Amino acid sequence: MARHHVTATVNGDAVEFLCETHQTLLEVLRDELRLTGTKEGCGTGDCGACTVTLDGRMVCSCLVLGVEAEGKAIQTIEGMAVGRDLHPLQQKFLEHAALQCGICTPGILVAARSLLERNPDPTASEVRYWLAGNLCRCTGYHKIVEAVLDAARELRGN
Amino acid sequence: MSTMIKYEEKDLKVVGTRPLRPDGVDKVTGRARFGADYSLPGQLIGKVLRSPHAHARIKSIDTSKAEALPGVKAVVTRDDFAEMPVEFALSGELTVNFHDVTRNMMAREKVYYDGHPVAAVAATSESIARKALGLIEVEYEVLPHVIDVLEAMKPDAPLLHEEQYTEGVTPRPDKPSNLAKRMVFSRGDVEAGFRQADVIIEREFNTKPVHQGYIEPQACLASYTEDGQADLWTASQGHFVIRSQCAKVLQMEVSKLRVMPTELGGGFGGKNNIYNEPLAIALSRKSHRPVKMVMTREEVFRATGPTSGANVRIKMGCTRDGRITAAHAELNFQAGAFPGSSVAMAAMCTFTRYDLEHARVVANDVTVNRPKVAAYRAPGAPIAVFGVESVIDEMAKKLGIDPIEFRLRNAAREGTQTYYGPKFGPIGYVQTLEQARAHPHYSAPLGPNQGRGVATGFWFNIGSETSSTINVNEDGTVTLMIGTVDVAGGSRAAMAMMVAEELGIDVDKVRPIIGDTSSMGFNFITAGSRGTFASGMACVAATRQAIDKLRQRVAQIREVPVEAVLWKDGHAVPAGGEAGQFAPMSLADVAKVAGRTGGTIAGHAEINAQGAGPGFGTHIVDVEVDKQTGLIKILRYTVVQDVGKAIHPAYVEGQLQGGAVQGIGWALNEEYVYGDDGVLQNPGFLDYRVPVASDVPFIDTVIVEVPNPNHPYGVRGCGEVPIIAPMAAIANAVENAIGIRLCEQPMSPPRVLKAIDDAAGAKA
Amino acid sequence: MAKILLSSNLTAYTGGQTQFELEVANVRQLFQALGERHPDLRPHLESSLAVAIDGEVYQDALLQPIAGDSEVLLFQKIAGG
Repeated sequence: MARHHVTATVNGDAVEFLCETHQTLLEVLRDELRLTGTKEGCGTGDCGACTVTLDGRMVCSCLVLGVEAEGKAIQTIEGMAVGRDLHPLQQKFLEHAALQCGICTPGILVAARSLLERNPDPTASEVRYWLAGNLCRCTGYHKIVEAVLDAARELRGN
Repeated sequence: MSTMIKYEEKDLKVVGTRPLRPDGVDKVTGRARFGADYSLPGQLIGKVLRSPHAHARIKSIDTSKAEALPGVKAVVTRDDFAEMPVEFALSGELTVNFHDVTRNMMAREKVYYDGHPVAAVAATSESIARKALGLIEVEYEVLPHVIDVLEAMKPDAPLLHEEQYTEGVTPRPDKPSNLAKRMVFSRGDVEAGFRQADVIIEREFNTKPVHQGYIEPQACLASYTEDGQADLWTASQGHFVIRSQCAKVLQMEVSKLRVMPTELGGGFGGKNNIYNEPLAIALSRKSHRPVKMVMTREEVFRATGPTSGANVRIKMGCTRDGRITAAHAELNFQAGAFPGSSVAMAAMCTFTRYDLEHARVVANDVTVNRPKVAAYRAPGAPIAVFGVESVIDEMAKKLGIDPIEFRLRNAAREGTQTYYGPKFGPIGYVQTLEQARAHPHYSAPLGPNQGRGVATGFWFNIGSETSSTINVNEDGTVTLMIGTVDVAGGSRAAMAMMVAEELGIDVDKVRPIIGDTSSMGFNFITAGSRGTFASGMACVAATRQAIDKLRQRVAQIREVPVEAVLWKDGHAVPAGGEAGQFAPMSLADVAKVAGRTGGTIAGHAEINAQGAGPGFGTHIVDVEVDKQTGLIKILRYTVVQDVGKAIHPAYVEGQLQGGAVQGIGWALNEEYVYGDDGVLQNPGFLDYRVPVASDVPFIDTVIVEVPNPNHPYGVRGCGEVPIIAPMAAIANAVENAIGIRLCEQPMSPPRVLKAIDDAAGAKA
Repeated sequence: MAKILLSSNLTAYTGGQTQFELEVANVRQLFQALGERHPDLRPHLESSLAVAIDGEVYQDALLQPIAGDSEVLLFQKIAGG
């Protein structure tokens, strides 16, 4: 089976990979590019654990084909911290104990960053509806919502 | 050694604070490695062929075409695993019947449920492995099946196990049946108790199986070498128990199997047992290559442990002044394809929150054509308590007594004799009720179609086999090796905090890691809310051993008797009095010279922790019922729980919040839906709806601390209690809102609408 | 002689008897003595029973001492999720 040659950027770095037609972006990230921070919880777009951004748009990478990434900019959890500095969302998740097992955390952080890029001052309810596509089975969401609101405050500079 | 370390009240510097979790940065940056994140050079991908039938005899399996497919390196079926006799064996401390374990992981004579493994393939790619599954020819003789628990108990029901005769009834039945076991727990004279009652209420409740719903599907990686050694990486709640079970079913020596714990993406009781692990090892043994197996979400739903669905009948009587005189329950639990549901635990939790002179619980364990149930957070308790707390609410209402006051009049206290076994030691049930009643939530105003409900939960908590090692490094920092998996709650942080407290050093000087099975003594699974209790006790025991060694070493170095050396605030200091004076030494001072004065300092403990302290919780919930759509909205939720001692309060809050929200999902939406063909119709998160962020409010928590006398810091354990009360609390709140009592779970919009229509019809 | 009490769910294996007086020094001896008297109980003893010795609960503690005047209760072992 002929494999497709794809060129894209991941977290700002140029990447090239070969993939089969049916391979998802999630499989490419995890198996071809060895970026295992993006998780698979369902493979059907229901749990949000595989959330990444594609040209700034939030997607479930299990519902995107690898070949669709051609020429696109992909952002994953691995690109969220800048150098030694954690992103404020990452820092607030730690401070608020907003993670337990951590399998949903990468997807939720990527989704929350997308929210704050669009809406720097969300209400708790807006946070809950934005994150409604990301399942967490451990925390009951309480501390996640608190952490996102606190990170938003910090990013707004107050 | 069975161990209990008694509680001592003391000033605390670390325990009770909120440091950042040691696994935190790895988890927010994507570095943390879960089961599916491990790979080895040359690895194959393993996939499982599963039964499409609910019940069928396997007449033949032909794997020759699959084996001939290029890229396929191994195929295994029942022929690759040894027959196991009926043997209730200790696997770790789990009592499992290996006759059933080996049949559940790979079908032998029959398939018992949709999704039951029939064969497994290892190939050079996932797509080849999948293609190979399609080439395996299985000839089935389809048999009649039974899904519902009450149907399965009927005499003419399709029979799963021809050799299963009901245990626990006399005389012994002369015919096999699906009723695997009956247990009766009783105290006093229930009939006499009912004769003393002024009010008697009897209700029937039905619940569906629900899944633990961990977001990480089961994943493992096995590598078997030519000399018969194997390495296994797996995401489980207890790698020692996984080792033990795999060694047994694969007939390997335990020492030849090394199991590495990966980060665990949620378990909640569902990752206590083996599924793909022995298949991966067997495929690796056959192919001489590492084999990785990751379940799909559909496989997780079809073939791993949901909890039981159940039929529950509750009858309770009380006097006019609200004193319960008698309580009777019948619990009929689906065990799934093999016997052994959590019905015994459920039976022991049914009425245990109350001081009852006359109580009886009849518990039936029933096999049906569904996946074998697994433990799920306080296994079985929420199901029985849904019924009991609903009936209590109804009695309180009938008598015009406040529901918390009613519970207080009957509450179990220190010294209360339980109907299942021991008398209670110090417990905090009454405190949770009193603090709930005093909470502003309990007296806040409610709007139209809104209602408030209360319910309570009890869980035993357990101790069990646990090992732990601390090593004082050459710079005075400490490496703490733990043998119990951190199942998400942050027990690594809690353990490091207890060690830091004992040593008198900063918690960031203690690095906790989870050791693999070859690095330390046996550890039972993290279950029964035992992690921080039992492993905490082992860590304290190991640390105290190290402190004894530190004192001895300092005595030798400073040339004073060991009695002259006291360990205080991270230093060896003179004990005072006549014992002798010397210049104090810090932990780092001792560590620096340890190698030249006799060797490095370490402490270890291998214990069987005893003395677990029971946990109790009281929940308050406000709901609003949309009478047009049947939707129940959770407006406000408060959890009050006695945890003994919150080592890390933020992580304890997280347990209470997470448990409550799992309970809310159980109450409102989650259920297994089977078709008439016995095939699961909703094996995915789209149709099996767990709570999302917008479904729930903030979950307020109140931590009550009545110390467990049998733990050095008073820990009881906290993970399981919070899932017990939500179902009943929500049903009680709905009744309070619209005057209709819901006895069917889930209380999903179609069921709520039907109940509203039925009530309107009854009035008309 | 220690006073031994059996939880009600075990009576199916003892012909209804729930109380014993036994001269046993630890849990292992207790299980042995009970198993000899009631063979139907034997398969359950080590694998599925807990004991409360004078109110303190023990699971899998075969060598736990039992004093001459102790009250020992046998009941179902507790697991968890």
